[in-house]
Amino acid sequence: MNTRGLATTVVPPAVVGVLFLSGWELLVRGFDLKPYFLPSPSSIWTAFSDNLQLVWDAAVVSGTNALVGLIAGTLLGIALSFVLMRFRLVNDLVTPMAVALNAIPIVVLVSIFVNQYQSTSEMPRRLMATLVVFFIVLVNVAKGLRQVHPTHVELLRSYAASPLDVLVKARIPNALPYLFTALKIAAPTAVITAFVAEYFGGRQNGLGSRITSNMANSKNAVAWSYVLGACLLGLAFYLISIALENITSHKRGSAPGGGTTP
Amino acid sequence: MNAVVVNRVSKVFNPGTPNQVDALVDIELSIEPGDFVSLIGPSGCGKSTLLRLIANLIEPSQGDVLVNGKSAAQARIDQDYGMAFQQAGLFDWRSVEKNIELPLELKGWDKAKRRARAQEMLELVKLPDFARHMPWQLSGGMQQRVAIARALAAHPQLLLMDEPFGALDEMTREHMQAELLNICNQTGTTVVFVTHSIPEAVYLSTRVVVMSPRPGRITEIIDVDLGRDRTEDTRERDAFYGKITEVREALRSVEAVSHGAGFGGVDDR
Repeated sequence: MNTRGLATTVVPPAVVGVLFLSGWELLVRGFDLKPYFLPSPSSIWTAFSDNLQLVWDAAVVSGTNALVGLIAGTLLGIALSFVLMRFRLVNDLVTPMAVALNAIPIVVLVSIFVNQYQSTSEMPRRLMATLVVFFIVLVNVAKGLRQVHPTHVELLRSYAASPLDVLVKARIPNALPYLFTALKIAAPTAVITAFVAEYFGGRQNGLGSRITSNMANSKNAVAWSYVLGACLLGLAFYLISIALENITSHKRGSAPGGGTTP
Repeated sequence: MNAVVVNRVSKVFNPGTPNQVDALVDIELSIEPGDFVSLIGPSGCGKSTLLRLIANLIEPSQGDVLVNGKSAAQARIDQDYGMAFQQAGLFDWRSVEKNIELPLELKGWDKAKRRARAQEMLELVKLPDFARHMPWQLSGGMQQRVAIARALAAHPQLLLMDEPFGALDEMTREHMQAELLNICNQTGTTVVFVTHSIPEAVYLSTRVVVMSPRPGRITEIIDVDLGRDRTEDTRERDAFYGKITEVREALRSVEAVSHGAGFGGVDDR
């Protein structure tokens, strides 16, 4: 990107961000809003830098849960999508259910998982993140494996290609952009799921539980500094998935793969 | 030995259901080596179906198809023919040369041999400097040349083409037709070519097969004796126009027949 491109893409959102934060600051000071109602950005920033180590530790806990869920869910989703592609009947049975599950907030299931494990276990949260990621990856990758260009199918048949050849030469490469679309959706979702899952019990060590406990203790600015940490963690996951996608898609021009959002 | 023999072939889609379609009835066609045969006719006349039967992409309901003296299925397994479609159908994750190498990869050729052949093919279609480009960096006409290079990569004696220039603009299209004739003259390849365009069929072909719809059948086979060395000037010759008129009239009588007799279905035009 050249300097002008950088200026036109970065400057407008930066200006909006600065205006938003100064408006917020002025609002809090001008109307003398109490910290328990809305702390000012400057006091949140102070709390954030004072509690940097604590926020970081909590972010590592939530981030690890999200990452474990993301990796496990992706691997499981890919594995089952191959089964769906191979067996039409399984596909017809599973796909409608997966699409339906993608549309409902299954994160509430975490309270059931919490009952199944010890109260100090991170398993319920990881399981929840895995499950959410799994369905997103499954639906998208299965679609990519199945929806191969008809011309490609005819061409490969004209070359007397075996089913394995068709898989390796056409289906898997075709599914790759679908996988990255899925990851782009799943990465932030995994982080959100990891936070929200903390609201349903278990150890008070992640960003989500720290937000609620600090709110309960009226340490609102500190709670907001954990919110800031949560934003940054979600952003980090999103940026990583974008970077991964760019590595594979720059060769193809515009990414051809579609995607299904939950 | 004939390059292609279509022997009393019929094709019925969805037999025994309300959606049953008699796509082709009693097709007889022999194509000699070096022939350039165009299949032309209105939509639904089964010309693409006939091409796919020769390619063994689908099986006939009755009759049989021979390619190079063997069954169409065996010819497909031996990669005796190359194929090109209206959409270039390049694999967008493969470079131009890797696309051309694909049929050779499936034949188990080693890399050096594949590379050399891909380069040879790129020179044949006049794109020698585009080996490392990705398909999306090429224009529609260039992509179609790569598709032709890929179809010819294994040096098949038979080339099957389904409206390969249908999506190109008129100028590019005429240019590609001249290039295709050049390539065929150089390589001696037999071609079966599906098209909607009368001038295209006449310019390219040694024989034009006129087909009629509902059910699909061959109504007329017109020999085009314009010689082998056809150039842009050929398009201005009286004989060229004469043949265009002949094919057009054959197609008109097709429509008259299908209107008149009705064939159990209503013509939708």
